[in-house]
Amino acid sequence: MEKILYLAHVDPNGALPKVALEALNGALQTAKGMPGSTLVIGLIGENIQAAADSLAACGASKIFGVSGKDFGMARYATDVKAAEAIAKAAAATIIIAPATSRFARALPGAAFRLKAAIDTHVSGMTVTGGALQVQRWYYRQRMVATLSRTARPWILVVDSGVFPVWQGTKGSAKVEAVALTLTDKEKRTQVTGVQAPSADAQTIRPDAAVLFVAGAGWTKKQADGQTHVKDAEQLILGFLKNAKASLGSSKSLVDQGSEGEQVLSFMSHLNQVGQTGSTPRHPKGFSTCCHGEEPHVVGWRFINERRAVNIDANCGWAQGKADVLYVADAFAVVAKVNELLAKG
Amino acid sequence: MSVAFNIVVCGSLVPDPLQTLEPIQGATGPALKNEMMLPSVLDPWAGHSLYEAADLAKKTPGSKVYLLSLGPKAKLQQLMMTIAQKVPFELVCVDGSASGFLDSGEVAAALAGAIEKIPGLDKTKLLVFGGCSSASRDAGTTMQMIAERLGVTDVFLGVDELKVQPDGSFKILERIEGGQYQVSACAGAPAVLGWATGNLPEPPNNPQVGMANMRAIMPALQKAQAAALKTDAIKFASVELPKQQRQTRIVKDMPVEEIAKEVVAWIRG
Repeated sequence: MEKILYLAHVDPNGALPKVALEALNGALQTAKGMPGSTLVIGLIGENIQAAADSLAACGASKIFGVSGKDFGMARYATDVKAAEAIAKAAAATIIIAPATSRFARALPGAAFRLKAAIDTHVSGMTVTGGALQVQRWYYRQRMVATLSRTARPWILVVDSGVFPVWQGTKGSAKVEAVALTLTDKEKRTQVTGVQAPSADAQTIRPDAAVLFVAGAGWTKKQADGQTHVKDAEQLILGFLKNAKASLGSSKSLVDQGSEGEQVLSFMSHLNQVGQTGSTPRHPKGFSTCCHGEEPHVVGWRFINERRAVNIDANCGWAQGKADVLYVADAFAVVAKVNELLAKG
Repeated sequence: MSVAFNIVVCGSLVPDPLQTLEPIQGATGPALKNEMMLPSVLDPWAGHSLYEAADLAKKTPGSKVYLLSLGPKAKLQQLMMTIAQKVPFELVCVDGSASGFLDSGEVAAALAGAIEKIPGLDKTKLLVFGGCSSASRDAGTTMQMIAERLGVTDVFLGVDELKVQPDGSFKILERIEGGQYQVSACAGAPAVLGWATGNLPEPPNNPQVGMANMRAIMPALQKAQAAALKTDAIKFASVELPKQQRQTRIVKDMPVEEIAKEVVAWIRG
């Protein structure tokens, strides 16, 4: 009989991140598929009562918590210790957690201390014949595996977008506090803040319906023999504003900055999508001035509908990677698209 | 305050991203078709961490960079022909599979064991660098397990910047959600950092650096110990290529106005 622990941390405002509520649905679905299993919750954060109350109706039999000022910050040493303590208190055999940056950092360490197995970037969970199987991708989204493990505990870190967000009524939850004492060694690191881009420069929007990807062509010489980088900036920012889109980039474009070439001022490695970048999840993706090379397109694995604009009819997008390839000048197309979007 | 570091960069080879990969069932589990024949590159994020390590070592006299690689010796030798020309380092080689299908716990044990065996390594000055995840397993778990095995409690993932302060402490920027950075202050070494891209370009090839590195690389390859990597931790039910081929509609000779209308309708649809 599996003892399933759903483990989450709260945001600085005391709420659960969206991906955590998605992972909760995964945990509930898993528990439902494994008759005789029990589901408990573990929460980590400075103040966790509000989050516990928000989960009161989810059907878990117990809620464990590690709270206090030291656990408000996303610090490896304290997060590992908290996760380990909760997993031990719950005697968990399967631990299901959301893939936040905080847990991506800490849970592998907790796995080591718990002598547990761990699988991250879990993109699916199914119970077959009473046994849990998970799906995850290998070689940067180039092949998908279905796997299981006999080792317990087994930690599963679930990616965003895999399950729907859990919704339930708020209640009054009793949290069983797990007490921890920290050493000085565990407090050698202090999180001093978050560096966010200014509102104007905020180009990464994980919840956007559309991903706009800019390739290196935007900074190359155009038909008149000149580069038009400032025009490109205006067009791209205009699209992001009008379509409320998130901005991604090919590696070649963001690399130009470090190679001393003319660059788009708002573009950084954080925007990079692909083999050495992110693999964002958006319903739609619109690629411009990018050739659709394989190392870039692996970052599009979780983009459902794909359209591209490129002047090369034989580019990678044409090879079954996009739904529609418009063979056209992206400067002209995006300018017109912006005009139409602005009209409403 | 003068600071110097022993920087161990964990990085191995992965198939060239331009190669087509095909999974097959090997003797001990899934593998890649013609794996030993596939052209390889240094794992990209590990590569960034190597360049950051070299840059840090240059700025902190007395520091030394080790490149710790777990992979088939013959393939590592090929890889070193290019990597050795980039930045100065001493190779520490562990002979074994670089497959993405290995369990990260096994890999971490092999790498941590190799770090422990580096002669004269001062653990109070130790920085372990690597990629925030590999381009093979893409789990992002190995660095933390190495830290645990070495008793290091300061671990950072998705690092783009490490600044050494005058007192030897660190200011570290880690990638977090929504294109933001978490800013941390760490008391100093020892620490483990899984790098994202960092901020440095790939260094140009420098034959002189290559020749200096190669003098120690060949002996390191020759004396590489074989890693005992178990392959029974994961039971793979299937490994397959995604059915990704789309029926692309290629639109030529459509006026810009019409394309824009179609795109806008699609965005709004």
